[in-house]
Amino acid sequence: MRKFTVLDGLVVPLDRANVDTDAIIPKQFLKSIKRAGFGPNLFDEWRYLDHGEPGMDPATRKPNPEFVLNFPRYAGASVLLARDNFGCGSSREHAPWALEDYGIRAIIAPSFADIFYNNCFKNGILPIVVDAAVVDRLFRDCEANAGYRLSIDLERQTVTTPGGEVLVFDVDGGRKHRLLHGLDDIGLTLLQADKIKTYEERRRQEAPWLFSGSQQ
Amino acid sequence: MPGQTLFQKLWDAHVVHVEADGTTLLYIDRHLVHEVTSPQAFEGLKLAHRTPRRADAAIAVPDHNVPTTDRSRGIADPISRLQVETLDANCAEFGITEFRMDDIRQGIVHVIGPEEGLTLPGMTVVCGDSHTSTHGAFGALAFGIGTSEVEHVLATQCLWQKPSKTMLVKVEGTLGRGVTAKDIALAVIGEIGTAGGTGYALEFGGSAIRALSMEGRMTLCNMAIEAGARAGMVAVDQTTIDYVKGRPYAPRGESWDKAVAWWNTLHSDADARFDRVVELDAAKVEPQVTWGTSPEMVTTIGDRVPNPADAPSEVKRHDWTRALEYMGLTAGTPIAEILVDKVFIGSCTNSRIEDLREAASVAKGRKVASSVKLAMVVPGSGLVKRQAEAEGLDRIFVEAGFEWREPGCSMCLAMNADRLEPGERCASTSNRNFEGRQGQGGRTHLVSPAMAAAAACAGHFVDVRKLQGDAR
Repeated sequence: MRKFTVLDGLVVPLDRANVDTDAIIPKQFLKSIKRAGFGPNLFDEWRYLDHGEPGMDPATRKPNPEFVLNFPRYAGASVLLARDNFGCGSSREHAPWALEDYGIRAIIAPSFADIFYNNCFKNGILPIVVDAAVVDRLFRDCEANAGYRLSIDLERQTVTTPGGEVLVFDVDGGRKHRLLHGLDDIGLTLLQADKIKTYEERRRQEAPWLFSGSQQ
Repeated sequence: MPGQTLFQKLWDAHVVHVEADGTTLLYIDRHLVHEVTSPQAFEGLKLAHRTPRRADAAIAVPDHNVPTTDRSRGIADPISRLQVETLDANCAEFGITEFRMDDIRQGIVHVIGPEEGLTLPGMTVVCGDSHTSTHGAFGALAFGIGTSEVEHVLATQCLWQKPSKTMLVKVEGTLGRGVTAKDIALAVIGEIGTAGGTGYALEFGGSAIRALSMEGRMTLCNMAIEAGARAGMVAVDQTTIDYVKGRPYAPRGESWDKAVAWWNTLHSDADARFDRVVELDAAKVEPQVTWGTSPEMVTTIGDRVPNPADAPSEVKRHDWTRALEYMGLTAGTPIAEILVDKVFIGSCTNSRIEDLREAASVAKGRKVASSVKLAMVVPGSGLVKRQAEAEGLDRIFVEAGFEWREPGCSMCLAMNADRLEPGERCASTSNRNFEGRQGQGGRTHLVSPAMAAAAACAGHFVDVRKLQGDAR
């Protein structure tokens, strides 16, 4: 996993609440058996005027000029500013894969859906919860100022605005550590293999039906 | 010290290791696998030269991509076919039991788990699918995970978690005639909002919940995720135990007795404390219909499409306006005057035998309205289909003009060939009315199976209680 330490990025504002994972990456692209290449289809139904199907050449598509990601001033954005309950709906990890593949490294919103929030950390994306009134202000500042950027420092847990205001955010210690160092969860868990084995042995005695594994 | 909640009991029974900050390594008893969210997990496993820690704890089934029409020629779409074949190959390579597309036990992953006794009370159940909350109906801790965690469970049989907050949704009293678990679910979401359950594990309790069948409880827990809660659950009682008994993967003999003794403890203690309690009067719940593009945009059949000017906040006013525009609806229109083009009865929310019986009881002796282009019934599994056919439900549907299909996820999310065309309006028993969910530009209204069948026959939404009152 790519590590996340500091980021100074152009901000793109997506002014909608309850953005769901069906909108982030529509279902037809979930048929891929690969992990990469979802970026061109991020927000596909909002981003293009024509209907997207897997395998289409993005260069032949008709971009929707009214969708914020297509505004020239937001080209190359790596920070997504969003509203409440971002990433609700399905558990599809294709959603953070698509965001990451497009170039989004951090998302700022008043709240996130649980499964999506968790999936971000597995893919080098930092989701940042900021008070709704502050998010409101960031939207206004971002829309009013071309080239609006934010500086994010995960170690210090800060977001710094162009005016020098410093916003402090919370992040779970374990998740922070893994993201800062780009650590693989499975490798860390396997360090606990003895404890897993001990648990299984005890549980096998207490609840043998959980280990029979086939039709009884 | 206060008593424990059901969530705490389930959590405590699965703790392998706790870090200093409370992050817990939790043991996973059952891992359900389907074709959409697993290929990259198996690929990751292979790249790291790992193998599943307990192949016996996993069970796989293709459901999202499978056709619901004649399957003798396989899957026409080559990309869908490759995804299903990839699941077949991965399960064969790693020794994971799979109910393949031609197996009578094939069906929607959240239908077959309980049906086979693969889901049992007291288990931790995960699946790369948000509707895994369904299995909490059995007094299990069940939640959806992403593909990285699918790989993690395959490799370690564990997950890193932090305890959720707990919320009790207490529904007391008796449901009115024609009102179902689906209506409770939508009414709860209307009450607390689609993010109301974020960070919580929901427990549904109260006399109205205890009176529900297992099918009803599964519908309710299924929709917990639409309220933002990863997990929904219902305490174990005799209804639970009667349902599980004799299922193919359920314990038998001495093991059964030992299991039941433990399962009977799986309820919140009378003095347990919840972080939040929401109460609902069952008698006041009416048949629900969603009007917008989020499950919280819901009202009763007797109501009208709301006016964005009445929205409680500026952000909501913006959302409602956009939703009405997408849905092609005008504020103030009576819900009962909204015409439907298609009707979908199915999905992991409402495709079990009781759901089909409920829909058939409305369809019986009626005809699908001529203005309805397609009304389809998609059973949740091959076994549900067989049972329905043994009861003659298929004939009722077909005589009324419904199409009777093969089992799968189908038009709930339109990954197979079943979908809405742009602008088409659907009465659907599924769980999500998001933009484009059932096909790009499609307009979804979530309802119960009885309300969907009633809309099919009337050509517009209608209060099913009025139809049920008719002497046909």
